[in-house]
Amino acid sequence: MAPPNSRRIDAPPPQPLRGRGLRDDEFRRRVSVTPWTPVLEYGWDTGLAIGRFLEGLQEGKIYGTHCRQCGRTVTPPRAFCELDFKPMDEWVELADTGTINTFSICYITWDMKPLRRPQIPAVIDIDGTTPRGGFLHLLGGVSGNTVEDIREQISIGMPVRAVWKKPRDRTGAITDILHFAPAGKRR
Amino acid sequence: MTRKIRRRVAVVGAGMSLFMRRALETGRELSYYAAQQALESAGVRLKDIEAVTMATAPDAFDGVHMKGEWLLDGAGGTRKPYLRAYVGGGSGVFSLISGWTLVASGLFDLVLVVAEEKMSSCQPHPQGAFLTIFDHTIERPLGPNLLWIFSLEQQRYMQTYGIRNEDIALVSVKNKRNALDHPAAQVAANLTVADVLASEVVAWPVHRLMVSPVSDGAAAIVLAADSIAQRLTDKPIWVQGVGWALDTSYWGNRDLSYPRYVEVAAKMAYEMAGLTEPRKQIHIAEPYDPFAYKELHHLEGLQLADRGKAPEDLAAGRFDRTGELPTCPSGGLMGVGNPIAAAGLMKVCELFWQLRGEAGARQVPGTPERGVAQAWGDLMQIGTVAVLGVH
Repeated sequence: MAPPNSRRIDAPPPQPLRGRGLRDDEFRRRVSVTPWTPVLEYGWDTGLAIGRFLEGLQEGKIYGTHCRQCGRTVTPPRAFCELDFKPMDEWVELADTGTINTFSICYITWDMKPLRRPQIPAVIDIDGTTPRGGFLHLLGGVSGNTVEDIREQISIGMPVRAVWKKPRDRTGAITDILHFAPAGKRR
Repeated sequence: MTRKIRRRVAVVGAGMSLFMRRALETGRELSYYAAQQALESAGVRLKDIEAVTMATAPDAFDGVHMKGEWLLDGAGGTRKPYLRAYVGGGSGVFSLISGWTLVASGLFDLVLVVAEEKMSSCQPHPQGAFLTIFDHTIERPLGPNLLWIFSLEQQRYMQTYGIRNEDIALVSVKNKRNALDHPAAQVAANLTVADVLASEVVAWPVHRLMVSPVSDGAAAIVLAADSIAQRLTDKPIWVQGVGWALDTSYWGNRDLSYPRYVEVAAKMAYEMAGLTEPRKQIHIAEPYDPFAYKELHHLEGLQLADRGKAPEDLAAGRFDRTGELPTCPSGGLMGVGNPIAAAGLMKVCELFWQLRGEAGARQVPGTPERGVAQAWGDLMQIGTVAVLGVH
């Protein structure tokens, strides 16, 4: 039990703080851990707007939507303008080029396993959007694995171009774009 | 818009469990530890409590559906009006806001607020639970992990203002050092900027020691209406203002260099508190620091530093425990640990102790009269803000 109110210790919260931390070996050898591996399956519908976006990707096109009221042209496209709260007015075919808004060089997987060949996630601002914006994708077409190697080849603000899968391999998925690569390079 | 607040509300007690990498205790048991300590420090019994708000982040951490109900008994909510406050990482401060609405509205006089997280159950790593925050159709097929979005945001912040990674690493150094004086701390350490930058790059520009740990733990407070608070204690800590806001879930369309949602939340809270010059009127800040850069990013959103200038202020010592505006004197998430919802409420507990002059070895000098606590989360889109003070 915690001590009575009157006994203030030097650095609160009042002692004794409770909790029994487990060491790794205790957890691993463990008598009392009950494991469970859930099996959950879902079938996610694309929705109206992303459905059309994915059809566009299969054709090698990046679509956005335009709202006449606020004047924005946005991608990923949406069925309604979240600011004016009305249907979007038109579909716009955007270029398959853009600029790097930001990027990272990631050396671990979600479960903390090291990656020798890093992933290079980036936010790509797609040409033709106003204000400029875009979506998450990957950068590719760069050589080397170190931060230094990669930073020599890519930087924020750099123009990039989508590198597409071959038409027959496309499935109408975000991965129909393999990655974005520095413009001027094809691979 | 001027908001007319019906009743004043005060924090009258606070409690915590240890923050740990992996606790033997269940979430329910950890909640009980913190709640019991908060009740005891307020000098009230569970039967005096009229309602309970509970914060805990994704059900997926525990593999338990409707985790709020599962934790109910540990939070003291049995046979009482009970609600779960859940906005991801913003939940800890949001639990205070939820409890505050119940008291300020006149519905209840005495409310217990509990925040808990047990991340360690999720195998092999709780990041697995975070994968589902990404859009299932246009993001998850790219193989994202949680570090991506933070490293992308940090990089954009650095690029926009010409900030160096050394400037960011200093947050880890300060907070882990502050945490040496916190008895609940999980990852307190005396490090240098060089140590932080020597830790491995997990997702450039983020190094391992710029990331808060996986944690189990709980925190709790007791909220009381005006007259009750004055009867319970000579030193009630008043909730002077609260605010919260969310930005668009189309995060690729946002300006990642500045947390506008924190600005909106802060301005709401400051207006309610009657603050016109927050930099002069706020004496302690507990901004949310799950990643080192986030403390700086959030201080700018909180209007406590100029845009892009928080790193300079930090380097000049402005945010040290003895500085002009001590930030994260607790040690923050980087030092005390990050049991998600509990970490946010830990910040409120810290303000409670600091403003009462009871923070012991962590006490900031002078007699601080007002502090701000802030948390952040969901798809890096929510700001939750509370201003607490002695008057």
